[in-house]
Amino acid sequence: MTTSTASVATPQTGGRTGRKPMSDRATAENRLGRKLVAPAVIVMLLVTAWPMIQALYLSLFRYRLTTPDDKEFIWFSNYGTVLGDSLFWKDTVNTVIIMVVTVAVELVIGFAFAMVMHRIIFARGVMRTSILIPYGIITVVSAYSWQFAFSINNGWVNSWFDWLPWVSADTNWFGSHWPAMFAIMVSEIWKTTPFMSLLLLAGLAQVSEDMVEAAKVDGATWAQRLWKVIIPNMRAAIMVAVLFRALDAFRIFDNIYVMTRGAQDTESSSFLTYRQVIQQFQLGLGSALSVLLFLTVLLLAWLIVKMFRVDLAQARGEA
Amino acid sequence: MNERRNKIGTWIGFVVILVWCLLPVAWILSLSFKGPGETGAGSPQFLPETWSIQNYRDILGFGSVTPGQESTNNDFLAALRNSFGIAAIATFLSVIFATLAAYAIARLDFKGKRLVLSLALAIAMFPVVALVGPLFDLWRTLGLFNTWPGLIIPYMSFTLPLAIWTLSAFFREIPWEMEQAAQVDGATSWQAFRKVIVPLAAPGVFTAAILTFFFAWNEFVLALSLTSTTASRTVPAQLSFFVGPDPFNPPYGLLATASVVVTVPIIIIVLLFQRKIVAGLTSGAVKG
Repeated sequence: MTTSTASVATPQTGGRTGRKPMSDRATAENRLGRKLVAPAVIVMLLVTAWPMIQALYLSLFRYRLTTPDDKEFIWFSNYGTVLGDSLFWKDTVNTVIIMVVTVAVELVIGFAFAMVMHRIIFARGVMRTSILIPYGIITVVSAYSWQFAFSINNGWVNSWFDWLPWVSADTNWFGSHWPAMFAIMVSEIWKTTPFMSLLLLAGLAQVSEDMVEAAKVDGATWAQRLWKVIIPNMRAAIMVAVLFRALDAFRIFDNIYVMTRGAQDTESSSFLTYRQVIQQFQLGLGSALSVLLFLTVLLLAWLIVKMFRVDLAQARGEA
Repeated sequence: MNERRNKIGTWIGFVVILVWCLLPVAWILSLSFKGPGETGAGSPQFLPETWSIQNYRDILGFGSVTPGQESTNNDFLAALRNSFGIAAIATFLSVIFATLAAYAIARLDFKGKRLVLSLALAIAMFPVVALVGPLFDLWRTLGLFNTWPGLIIPYMSFTLPLAIWTLSAFFREIPWEMEQAAQVDGATSWQAFRKVIVPLAAPGVFTAAILTFFFAWNEFVLALSLTSTTASRTVPAQLSFFVGPDPFNPPYGLLATASVVVTVPIIIIVLLFQRKIVAGLTSGAVKG
């Protein structure tokens, strides 16, 4: 009895794992599969892997486009220059602050939005449409809209909020560091909260109503139901949303470029890299910055995955 | 009692979300109708004092254009053409490649499937700015700098991950047995594919196309770095080159008007396909 099941099971597992010789059909399927993914993989690698190797190589040179003849191999001194510069660290801190604050605020607002969208029984179409508009709008447009909203002569923020003690008709939001950072973060949060709330809504839809109802019958308060039943059950969705948004926020560039161009020390890591390469033509130094930025993102992704134990396979329904 | 409080809460939430999402859009719309004189003198109120369509004349180049702004509309319309062309071609190619890959991922058993999905994820998180330097250098050598393909190729690479993930999630849900069922019922394999599989797969492909288009339409870093003239500069980059009559003040009205014009296609797409976009955004990322 046991031997017969084993002998039936073996060829199946053999074909799947590929450790045993594959059947013709499995070989053909394997080959077709690879052929079908090949074009996509090639295009993806062409524009990322190859330039990254190029950046690694260029980062070892003193190389400025305006003086190409001075190109000289200098080992790792570009990295030394970057890591020893206070500007690099200031920009990194800025970027981290923006990332942490925006993701935290978005998580709270996004969750509130998701709750409303989950409960609502009327005008679902209107709701969906309006939530998708910030998602679809060009980031540069969002940045201009908020820059003008915060402007002294032409903005509505100063006139609508002058009842707040620190806001008056001539508050210059782009005149000092923190107000400028605030304006940048408002634009970033406005634009990306919808994405967050849609991911959270999908997670919310998977929390079983029966479980919430059962907790209610057992006398759990509203807060207990939220913290002990709903949130633990949508952990996967929250983590995926945080992962995606955090890495996206870390790359912030558009809003800063439009709103301050890095004035008032609002530069981000991305902006610094851009400025070195495109405006100052420092390809060597800029490449070193690119490599460091890439490594930081890798580290960040690894940290988030480890810290929150995000199971991406489960998140995409493969578990 | 509790029920009623819930209902009121939902209503308040509904209004808050509506205001949150639409206020900045209403703001640029209102700003676009403020004449250059009004924004020049400073007008902190939300709505224009006098409604003027002068900005739209300057941007779209009809009627009498403000002196000194003659080239604005040419540049803007060229950028608009570039944006449409580049986004459409990148979307088209990206969706074809992604469909092939997603079909293989959803349907076939092959080695390296996980590797492809992980690669896609890694690229989705890639810091685009890190590529600007090497790509700038490479594109100048290859003669792709400041050309349409110079932007289309990187846009494809960066939209493929999203498209592959969305599509493979969609394709997993398709009841593929129906293809065989149709063949058993006497359909040829071409008929089975065209009449059964294509209608089932089309909504997913379409959704992936919308998300891809949004990305290409929105992209700024590469558009700014890999172009130098209106031969290939797209709208987001062109907007940052707008100059008004007063060099110390941004041309509020013109920028707002251009913003409204580029937002119109987005709003139309959202209005028509909101249900599909939401399904696409969430299917790839969250499935328990």
